[in-house]
Amino acid sequence: MSAPDDLTRLTAADLAARLAAGEVSSTEATRAHLDRIGAVDGPVHAFLHVSADEALATARAVDQARAQGEPLHPLAGVPIAVKDVVVTRGLPTTAGSRILEGWVPPYDATLVRKIKAARLPILGKTNMDEFAMGSSTEHSGYGNTHNPWDLDRIPGGSGGGSAAAVAAYEAPLAIGTDTGGSIRQPAAVTGTVGVKPTYGSVSRYGLIALASSLDQAGPVTRTVLDAALLHGLIAGHDPHDSTSLTDPVPDFAAAARLGATGDLTGVRVGVVTELRGEGYQPGVLARFEESLDLLRQAGAQIVEVSCPHFEYALAAYYLILPAEASSNLAKFDGMRYGVRVEPDEGPATAERVMAATRGRGFGDEVKRRIILGTYALSAGYYDAYYGSAQKVRTLIQRDFAAAFTQTDVLVSPTAPTTAFKLGEKLDDPLAMYLNDVATIPVNLAGVPGMSLPSGLSDDGLPAGFQVIAPAREDARLYRVGAALERLLETRWGGPLLKDAPELEVAK
Amino acid sequence: MSEPAVAYDEAVERYDPVIGIEVHVELGTRTKMFDGAEQYFGADPNTQITPVSLGLPGALPAVNGTAVEYAIRIGLALNCAIAESCRFARKNYFYPDVPKNFQTSQYDEPIAHDGWVDVELEDGTVFRVDIERAHMEEDAGKNTHVGGATGRIHGAVYSLVDYNRAGVPLVEIVTRPITGAGERAPEVARAYVQTLRDMFRALGVSEARMERGNVRADVNVSLRPTPQSPLGTRTETKNVNSFRSVERAVRFEISRQAAVLDEGRAVVQETRHWHEDTLSTTSGRVKSDAEDYRYFPEPDLVPIVPDPAWVEQIRATLPELPAARRRRLATEWGYSDPEMRDVVNAGAVELIESTVAAGAAPAAARKWWMGELARTAKEQGVELSELPVTPQQIGALQALVDGGTLTDKLARQVLEGVLAGEGTPEEVVAARGLAVVSDEGALLAAIDEALAAQPDVVAKIQGGNLGPVGAIIGAVMKATRGQADAARVRELVLERVRS
Repeated sequence: MSAPDDLTRLTAADLAARLAAGEVSSTEATRAHLDRIGAVDGPVHAFLHVSADEALATARAVDQARAQGEPLHPLAGVPIAVKDVVVTRGLPTTAGSRILEGWVPPYDATLVRKIKAARLPILGKTNMDEFAMGSSTEHSGYGNTHNPWDLDRIPGGSGGGSAAAVAAYEAPLAIGTDTGGSIRQPAAVTGTVGVKPTYGSVSRYGLIALASSLDQAGPVTRTVLDAALLHGLIAGHDPHDSTSLTDPVPDFAAAARLGATGDLTGVRVGVVTELRGEGYQPGVLARFEESLDLLRQAGAQIVEVSCPHFEYALAAYYLILPAEASSNLAKFDGMRYGVRVEPDEGPATAERVMAATRGRGFGDEVKRRIILGTYALSAGYYDAYYGSAQKVRTLIQRDFAAAFTQTDVLVSPTAPTTAFKLGEKLDDPLAMYLNDVATIPVNLAGVPGMSLPSGLSDDGLPAGFQVIAPAREDARLYRVGAALERLLETRWGGPLLKDAPELEVAK
Repeated sequence: MSEPAVAYDEAVERYDPVIGIEVHVELGTRTKMFDGAEQYFGADPNTQITPVSLGLPGALPAVNGTAVEYAIRIGLALNCAIAESCRFARKNYFYPDVPKNFQTSQYDEPIAHDGWVDVELEDGTVFRVDIERAHMEEDAGKNTHVGGATGRIHGAVYSLVDYNRAGVPLVEIVTRPITGAGERAPEVARAYVQTLRDMFRALGVSEARMERGNVRADVNVSLRPTPQSPLGTRTETKNVNSFRSVERAVRFEISRQAAVLDEGRAVVQETRHWHEDTLSTTSGRVKSDAEDYRYFPEPDLVPIVPDPAWVEQIRATLPELPAARRRRLATEWGYSDPEMRDVVNAGAVELIESTVAAGAAPAAARKWWMGELARTAKEQGVELSELPVTPQQIGALQALVDGGTLTDKLARQVLEGVLAGEGTPEEVVAARGLAVVSDEGALLAAIDEALAAQPDVVAKIQGGNLGPVGAIIGAVMKATRGQADAARVRELVLERVRS
């Protein structure tokens, strides 16, 4: 049970309220989180870089501004962790890759500018699979992140660092990015909340691109309301990102508060037939069914819908993603920034330096996908691979469009299983890829998706419940998610994370 | 020259040349194609850069609307259809001057397509060139290879890259195969590039300075036995960057390929490099080594959908293009075709236009610029526009002639003074005292003096022999230092003798 005087156990919304009321200072809150990082991050390894000085400087500035009565953003002073795929001026940014070791960006991502403008102390940069390629954070160039529920297990990926940081109370808020499930699947396996916004809701400017047409940054938190608050902060049109939406940012927090009343009368919830069959762990399915019952009790109307083309989603995804990634990652060549490796022997021509740098700097999973993507885009193969995959993408978008004519939101288990053991799937890429079977269609269609905890599976580990809304209707996620969260927490007697084992604290 | 070549005349007797030209023009926008970095000529290396033009991790492109407008202007001027919707694509290849290791270009969806442009050769023949497409793309950075003898990458110790040019907006214009030019193919190639250069300037989309690389041409050449034969294998000579080189490169390739074909060998499909020093091309990359650019639609950019109303607005505000303007002016000025062609070739169109605007009759303006001034420019080895005289001054000079203040002969002397830096025509007239003597008293005095000096002349004239009148006039002109109106002097002489 969270100790009321332990600032790290507060939700971001509660901490923000206490800050606003002057009950605690941002300096105290930031120091508490830095202390927590110092105490538990050795075994968890959620952070690649901790920016204590910068965070405390921001915290002091916020405290001073508040003392002088300056108007502040509601989240001002609430600490946050940022996935290392997001560029931060003055803070090392590696995207989990050795090829960017030591690189310090000269500019901020748009979402970081918003965080800095709202004065949230940035605690540091979180671990991830290299260039966000993976579902376990085991592909990081800088060591594994461990799941706070069981340190022998994966925290999900690629954003395992952000999810573990939030689950281990090292940060109340974190930024993730989601290309095929990298926010939602880690949320599911760590008992936290993660939202992949509508494509274009949050600017991609300053996100080190994996697959441009799929990438989207979003909030990683412990509650639905916190996710809504953070989403509201980072969303909005950015002229630097041509694919960003020009719509005004909806009031996500209001939607979450509406949902928290627990009333979903009239809301039509569609269960996707294709996302709950074979390969799903029984405990995961059981928690999913129980959640459906709660939604029904809250007044929602549950209907079954079919999305027949979802079965091709994984195949299409593993053509589109590597194709775009092979091009996006071409810039890492040792010529302008990051690591530069000269060949062991022979002349150091530009081409040979590029080859040596990429050979040494990239890990195996990155090389695997670059090779796949290069092949898929090659003359003579383009139509069969990239072209066909784009057609599948259109069919999946149509499946969603059809499903949303009968429903307001769609739901599924977030991931088929709970957290697996570190190393268990490392040598079986296909098994690893299957983890994202339920999250990938969402990215392919550009629609928003949320994962929130649905309970503990038979193995005592968290399972995730996914809510999907039509494009631009992210607010529905917050309404339905907050309602389910409220009903589940009532049943559990508090947040699911209260059941997580206490981490051993380093002295 | 490493390869044998046959004489050009023989080559075009035996083969029908077909050419194709790709022209790249750097647009004169304030900022780059996809980011806010400024771009102007002559900045220090790597000072016109942003995270976008350096291709830093996380950076994203955003399309420059002015560049799109300029591309549409070019497309419309080339009588192209403007795409209702078009996309950018990535052209993937590794090279250090390409910061992202892909160039953002347009592939299967160019902004403008299917047009034509009329090209006027020096003798006035008009040749129509069909345009396949005009598309937008970004320029690469510039490499400097240090340490080698040649300045080329081969033998260099290291290379420097300046990314100021990386991301500068380009429009690439691609012709359809140009057939039917026969032996005039090199001339057509040159005239085509020149026509485009003039057009870019008239449209205000680029300074179009060849020497700065604002306009760059790649020329494709192939030969076939007869105009009825299928197209032969072509070569592409890259970066031919002056009008003269375009003509010479085509000419050289025609001769070279003819020699290859004469020997019964096949022309290799390849890119070739043009060498200004040896006036020849050498082999570059052969087609079988050609890179697979793995084009795919640029996912960081949304399609460009020009509003048809906007396109029409651009069309309506297109300036008059050089060829149309020349035709209009020739009619207005009453110049014959050969006269106008000479004016154009002498670079005198603007000068005459301004001179006419300053009040001179078109014929008089032409007479000055194509006569006295053309001779002076030729003597001094400079362009007409470089002479130290303005069209306004020529206009003023002609006004003095028209008003009777100066005779043609005097006017030439005044011009001499103007060119010598002595001031405006009026100032030279005053300083040199060159105005026509219109005081008849002074003239009569001079006449009487001349007649008195040659008493026999009066008798001859009175006897009906008008021959010696000229001698008297000459003497009077001499006495007045040429400032008399000869016709009036003649009248006065006759009056005096007969009275």
